Amino acid sequence: MAISQDEVRKVAKLARLELTDEQVHRFANQLGAMLDYVDRLKELDVEDVEPMAHAISLRNVFRPDAARESQGVEATLANSPASDPPYFKVPRVLRG
Amino acid sequence: MRDAITELSAAAIRAKVAEGELSAKAVVETHLAMIEATNPRVNGLLTVCGEESLAAAERIDARVANGKKVGPLAGVPVAVKDNLCTAGVRTTCASKILENFIPPYNATVVEKLMKADAIIVGKANLDEFAMGSSTENSAFGVTANPWDLSRVPGGSSGGSAAAVAARMAPISLGSDTGGSIRLPASFCGTVGMKPTYGRVSRYGLVAYGSSLDQIGPMARNVADAALLLKVISGRDELDSTSVDRPVPAYEKSLDKPVTGLKIGVPVEFFGEGLDAEVESAIRRGLEVYKAAGAKIVDVHLPHTEYAVACYYIVAVAEASSNLARYDGMHYGHRTSETGDLVETFRRTRAEGFGEEVQRRIMLGTYALSSGYYDAYYKRALRVRRMITSDFEAAFKQVHAIAGPVCPTPAFKLGEKMTDPLTMYLSDIYTISVNLAGLPAISIPAGYSKSGLPIGMQLIGPVFSEGKLLRIARMHESSAGLADRRPAVVDGK
Repeated sequence: MAISQDEVRKVAKLARLELTDEQVHRFANQLGAMLDYVDRLKELDVEDVEPMAHAISLRNVFRPDAARESQGVEATLANSPASDPPYFKVPRVLRG
Repeated sequence: MRDAITELSAAAIRAKVAEGELSAKAVVETHLAMIEATNPRVNGLLTVCGEESLAAAERIDARVANGKKVGPLAGVPVAVKDNLCTAGVRTTCASKILENFIPPYNATVVEKLMKADAIIVGKANLDEFAMGSSTENSAFGVTANPWDLSRVPGGSSGGSAAAVAARMAPISLGSDTGGSIRLPASFCGTVGMKPTYGRVSRYGLVAYGSSLDQIGPMARNVADAALLLKVISGRDELDSTSVDRPVPAYEKSLDKPVTGLKIGVPVEFFGEGLDAEVESAIRRGLEVYKAAGAKIVDVHLPHTEYAVACYYIVAVAEASSNLARYDGMHYGHRTSETGDLVETFRRTRAEGFGEEVQRRIMLGTYALSSGYYDAYYKRALRVRRMITSDFEAAFKQVHAIAGPVCPTPAFKLGEKMTDPLTMYLSDIYTISVNLAGLPAISIPAGYSKSGLPIGMQLIGPVFSEGKLLRIARMHESSAGLADRRPAVVDGK
């Protein structure tokens, strides 16, 4: 199942990846081949089969909603590319 | 001196250190010397914790000298896969995007290692974000197989396996999402186990496929793997997918054989593509079990041929979600070519992620996108249940399932890098186990004519680690496998 270069660009945008033209071309081929391979799943009759997202049957594992000690501002900012304690510095989010 | 200590098992080291017969300092020094001698050629470790490990050793020696109790891994060097967070120690996931990331916290398994007085000597190389089967996708160089430096160690926990094989440490931690502990264990001639999903806390394991990932032990013998599994297992309130189930003393009942043992051999695992030498090694392994009184029966896992396809939708879908956090905002690499917010995200991720990671994110994003979600992701989750049911049916007849780990022994570096699909098919025997959440172990089963290790896989029902380890031990104690050592250990 071929995937067009246009679709590759659309998916790259969703995935927040910037691809070169060469990559778009390469991924179109490679992803196409992968999609061809996974298409074999269509051979199976999955009509009465429940989807299985998890290997274990745990549900709603909660803990009490009680505050705990946090790691503090310094540790939290330690790996940031840009900061002005107690803030992370990031590119402008809202326009205008 | 270096030779004798680096040949010791973890259990032997612990016993000698606790009795004061051997200092933890000497243990660490000899292992650091081995690392210095072999790591330049093997590149199993990305970070070596020289000073910290010597300091930890001294603290343990002081406690022993003062008659204080020490933990079950006292003085034992451990290598930890570099996708496990170690507070204050660089954790890269073998990715440029986390090249300088220093976690502010320890993974729960790391905390448990430290509480057990184990000594972390280094962070092991892996395929970037655990995506790969050969450790060739690391952004910081490949790891070479200690048995043949022109070959891969397997992946994604290639560094962890190589470190143990090359005597850099007697034990290591890896992670397994589609075979990433078992495959390198097989290629490097070590024991490697993936526990049942939920047996070990994933807190602090950098997530790849959250419904598939498990951390597990690697060692040069079954007893050490059992000991390490005991230390790292257990419910953790910081990981809501960890199961509240008591942890048996895996290392205590190992030599009790399983009476009336029935082993299932899936007919689907012995088809086309299986290397003849791998097949003979497995068949010989089965003969060992027969001689020990086990019954070998054929079982069927009819959906085996769909497992790789199922995984490469489920895992990549989960990965595309898990890796969305790497956006250059709070930690990790940020592009210097910042533009508006989205441009910054896109460039940061393009610069920071390697090819394979980008490919899987793309595939996952596609499979989850509007219009394709039902056809791909939801369908794959249904196939997942069918694969799981195959195992459930088989386990009604047998205690464990035995088979190969990989169709071939270790392949050459670069050999499978041109076609991603060829690489993915290396996981054909291991991948369904993660989809079903089952425990499985790879144990040494022999060597190819050219001296490459070949592993045998044993798979059990959920939470059957204790029985599985005993079954593994049955083979280890009676197979009479040649006691070999990779040449690189002796400086060759």
